Amino acid sequence: MMTIVLGVLEEGLVYAIMALGVYITYKILDFPDLSVDGTFPLGAAVTVRLMLAGFHPVFCMLAAVAAGMLAGMVTGLIHVKFKVRDLLSGIIVMTALYSLNLRIAGRANVPIFSQETIFENSLWERIIPAGLAPYLTAMILLVLVLLVKVLLDVYLKTKSGYLLRAVGDNEVLVTSLAKDKGAVKILGLALANGFAALSGSVYCQMNGFFEISTGTGTIVIGLANVIIGINLFRRLTFVKATMAVVIGSIVYKACVSLAIALGMGASDLKLITAVLFLIILVVSSLGKTGRPGKTGMTGKSGANGEKRRGGKAGKEGAPHA
Amino acid sequence: MLELQHIHKYYNPGTVNEMCLFEDFNLRVEDGQFVSVVGSNGSGKTSMLNLICGSIPLDSGKIVMNGQDINGMPEHKRNRKIGRVYQNPAMGTCPNMTILENMSLADNKGKPFSLGFGTNRKRIEYYREELAKLRLGLEDKLSVKVGSLSGGQRQAMALLMSTMTPIEFLILDEHTAALDPKTAERIMELTGQVVEEKRLTTIMVTHNLRYAVEYGDRLLMMHQGETVLDQAGEEKQRVSVEELLTKFNEISIECGN
Repeated sequence: MMTIVLGVLEEGLVYAIMALGVYITYKILDFPDLSVDGTFPLGAAVTVRLMLAGFHPVFCMLAAVAAGMLAGMVTGLIHVKFKVRDLLSGIIVMTALYSLNLRIAGRANVPIFSQETIFENSLWERIIPAGLAPYLTAMILLVLVLLVKVLLDVYLKTKSGYLLRAVGDNEVLVTSLAKDKGAVKILGLALANGFAALSGSVYCQMNGFFEISTGTGTIVIGLANVIIGINLFRRLTFVKATMAVVIGSIVYKACVSLAIALGMGASDLKLITAVLFLIILVVSSLGKTGRPGKTGMTGKSGANGEKRRGGKAGKEGAPHA
Repeated sequence: MLELQHIHKYYNPGTVNEMCLFEDFNLRVEDGQFVSVVGSNGSGKTSMLNLICGSIPLDSGKIVMNGQDINGMPEHKRNRKIGRVYQNPAMGTCPNMTILENMSLADNKGKPFSLGFGTNRKRIEYYREELAKLRLGLEDKLSVKVGSLSGGQRQAMALLMSTMTPIEFLILDEHTAALDPKTAERIMELTGQVVEEKRLTTIMVTHNLRYAVEYGDRLLMMHQGETVLDQAGEEKQRVSVEELLTKFNEISIECGN
């Protein structure tokens, strides 16, 4: 039983980092970014490649973040400079990354069991008592996730963070503030995909291998985490949205584990993921309007629907149109 | 000074819906002038503002701001010197951010949006004073999200935010049209005050003939991409709403409506 709870906690926390990235694109930028399906395994691919070349795991993580941010920028540039629709820009980058990830990692499956990771290394072996060892992974993840969450919270309070929130809220205002809204979007996508790649890097270190297929469905998990979290804590205003996303990730993972425990096979994982996501979308829209309504990829439906009318209406050549 | 020289603008060029809006349109607005613009729908009032701000591209001609041709300059760069208030009160504020955060954003216009704290605590008292001038009680609601304010309150904030930092030009695009008469009156009073106080060169498009007559020191009437009436100074002071209405009717008859 304990191992199941720990497993849920660990996986939930790993995906929470990615979900915080999805929170940036989906909730703040109002940009349905599918590139995370490619940047999550990108983080893992960069990590295994560098790790096998002898680099320190922390350096591998930083490199993964940099690679993810770069990929996010590409999505942003395709959208902003070539005026490709947001969904399509993400799909293009996600698809290209599949091949790139294979190139970076070398093969579809790369084990790193013998390598030192942030979870298993000589330092921990010396200072962590044997009794704590089973909880070590969860504790490290908790510290890491809280660190990332706090960094994001602080960033969103900076001037740059204000501008990021403004561009998702009302991009006309950003232009009025004499700022290039495209540049702000690119920045937001870079951040979000940096988070996704970090998550992928940690995920492969935890599991001890890189596997190309782990990326499939990342965006669905991320969206599910964000939507569960935000809706669970909608009425509790003292819970920050970022905290809600972290808790949402754990709750979602628990739901998936429950489904598997109830007799679904491990091969049904993606099916469970998809069906659960559908249930979450329908339930959350029921909660808002009393009947199933808008359940699309619009991060800010319902109460903020006005933004769609106001902020984006009447803009010539808007790529979303 | 703002000059529009030999402006040509077509909509949907090369299609059956091709429509010529401006053909050799010229306008010169002196520093500190407050121009009210009236005209029927489709006369090119809002298009003119969009061309000045760079929201839509120009086919040919020149837009000269303070002696510099700004053609090709992207919209956001032009906005360093321009403040704009739209007809829709939602366009000038961020609904999901608080009043304080909105004020902080506006206050930072023209400066880099760096990793410094978004809200400068030392400025909060100043924001309160500025909001208090609106006399809408907003100074006590700093942590309220702007999305929960009324249209009039938002438009007042939009006006305040767009004129908070040093700008030279104020573009008002039917900014009272979506408001109830009493709120519209209040917003117009505030507009008059801020334009006078900051000596802004202002272009105000309005459908309210009374505002056009009462405010500003120059009046333009536009029709099908041309100026059919242009009066400044003492002439402008003598223009009455009735006179404008008569002129409006003449134009409409020409069109066969």
